[in-house]
Amino acid sequence: MSAVAGRALPRRFDARHLPLLGTMAVFLLTAGYGSIAYPGFFSAQVFLNLLIDNAFLCIVGVGMTFVIISGGIDLSVGSVIALTTMVSAALVEHHHWSAVQAIPLVLAIGTAFGALMGWLIWRFRLQPFIVTLAGMFLARGLCYLISIDSISITDAGYTAIAQARLPLWGESASVTVGAVLALATVAAGIFLAHGTSFGRTVYAMGGSEASALLMGLPVARTTVLVYTLSGFCAALAGVVFTFYMQSGYGLHATGLELDAIAAVVIGGTLLSGGVGYVAGTLFGVLILGIVQTLISFDGGLSSWWTRIVIGALLFAFCLLQRLFEKR
Amino acid sequence: MTVSPLGRRVLAHHLLWPAVTLALLLAVNAVFNPGFWHLQWRDGHLYGSLIDILNRASPLALVALGMTLVIATRGIDISVGAVVAISAATAALLIGGELVVKDGVQSHVSRVPMAVAIVAALAVAALCGLWNGLLVARVGMQPIIATLILMVGGRGIAQLLTGGQIITVYYAPFFYLGNGFLLGLPFAVFIAGAVWGVLHLLMTRTALGLFIQAIGINPAAARLAGLPQRLITVAVYVFCGLCAGAAGLVVSSNVKSADGNNAGMLMELDAILAVTLGGTLLSGGRFSLAGSVLGALIIQTLTSMIYSIGVAPEVNMVVKAVVVFVVMLLQSAEFRRAARGWVWRGATA
Repeated sequence: MSAVAGRALPRRFDARHLPLLGTMAVFLLTAGYGSIAYPGFFSAQVFLNLLIDNAFLCIVGVGMTFVIISGGIDLSVGSVIALTTMVSAALVEHHHWSAVQAIPLVLAIGTAFGALMGWLIWRFRLQPFIVTLAGMFLARGLCYLISIDSISITDAGYTAIAQARLPLWGESASVTVGAVLALATVAAGIFLAHGTSFGRTVYAMGGSEASALLMGLPVARTTVLVYTLSGFCAALAGVVFTFYMQSGYGLHATGLELDAIAAVVIGGTLLSGGVGYVAGTLFGVLILGIVQTLISFDGGLSSWWTRIVIGALLFAFCLLQRLFEKR
Repeated sequence: MTVSPLGRRVLAHHLLWPAVTLALLLAVNAVFNPGFWHLQWRDGHLYGSLIDILNRASPLALVALGMTLVIATRGIDISVGAVVAISAATAALLIGGELVVKDGVQSHVSRVPMAVAIVAALAVAALCGLWNGLLVARVGMQPIIATLILMVGGRGIAQLLTGGQIITVYYAPFFYLGNGFLLGLPFAVFIAGAVWGVLHLLMTRTALGLFIQAIGINPAAARLAGLPQRLITVAVYVFCGLCAGAAGLVVSSNVKSADGNNAGMLMELDAILAVTLGGTLLSGGRFSLAGSVLGALIIQTLTSMIYSIGVAPEVNMVVKAVVVFVVMLLQSAEFRRAARGWVWRGATA
């Protein structure tokens, strides 16, 4: 149904943009509230930190957006991140690989992992939920096969990349390599979704897989590609996460898949598939980040309030989605 | 070769494969651990590896029983782990407990009567289930998303209740639920057994089982046929919440504390795995309660096997992943067709 999203009748306001606008409004309101309520909140670095601290979530979210728009789900992303950190750390620390050698390999592993799950889902008509659940167990288990304990990275190359700061507006504000990668991924995701035939096919599949098949769209190839893309994004997020934590550990990024799904839903993507925006996911991630920042600025609230607020936001956005679907 | 009618019935029985899997695992266990089958009578109750597996599998079996009905209606409940934590935290908070010595007599004193605390914990769990059920049946959300909300938020609520700490319970009567023995067997086994028995009677002696299957096979048709589809769906989620609540009580009683951060962590996945292993399809419809109990036993046997082999328990996840992959491939009609093709081609080549 969303194959007509670009129809030439922009006269009336498109109701499908409402969730996205709602997400942006929530972000701006929260940011405004924080700026008024807490001194020191309204600074460029606080907002850049939102991006820096959530760069990996943002990258994973882009892949997840495609999976959810196509009508599927990917529960394995958190584990793939953990596996990426673990493999990177083991290669760099125990086998003395350089970052240049290790990063392409871990990206290839994540991509192949996603491709395998996509192939299983398409070839044997398996439910994405169960396949990626098994993938989640497998990737986490593989981490522990490498090592039970955390491996910290002391390699000079990795540390240099992790500590690199790209200055914006002089000394007062800067971003990390991870944040730049996150923005690049979002830009690439927007192009993929709206500028390529792959993107159109993903939307069409999510709207109705049967119709997409009847239209002669390459549904089989696209199914595999969507999970491959998600696997690649998870591995890239894992690389960024390795820079962020400077260690490899099997318990890294536990439950991250749920945060990613939450960010995608809050970003206005319908879980039933077919409707959604990559840009919305960026704002979803920023909302999750700003909730966390607000709670840490407040100081009086404990960290678990983050989970409760995210749960409440999820509920509110799902309810809104139902209202839009019914119209 | 002819197969007798009895043999054919055994071969076609839906519990055959779960039972064979369990038997194989038990056999492997016995190889690695010579004393595995050994049972002895000690301190007035049975003692041994098998009893241990039964005791530890009970909470999972409880959750899996609730999950079976939810899955049978084409739903899924991924919030059970959080509900386990909430129920455990509620009970631990209400009971608290301390040792009081009055006139030289030691006695355990709880904050509120234990029965009240247990009922309250179960009520909170049922409320969680009601919330899920209403979101699915009234609001019309996809089950995985509706329960995702409580999975994320519920963990936060459990942490809020426990203050992010592990609450220790000092009230001996409460420990009976997870550590006590009745007629020589762990009491938790009786709880799981009773729930299974009641459910089995409800599903086979009343039309409820048929209704649940009908909803799972075709919700729209079930509603058009006059079934109270929404009511049954809500009831199934409430029941699943109750089961998770009971499991939470058993778990917290077993470890004599409640941990809001980690209690019931990943339990939803184990429960779904148990249900799948038991032969219930995730696409809804036909379900098997006994299968889910067998599934829970399989998972626990697998865990204790990995412990007894001496591999790190974390490696368990790889084994579980392989088991899930194999089971889901075997359940896929596409795969069976493809596999038959390979065998046939291999035979003629």
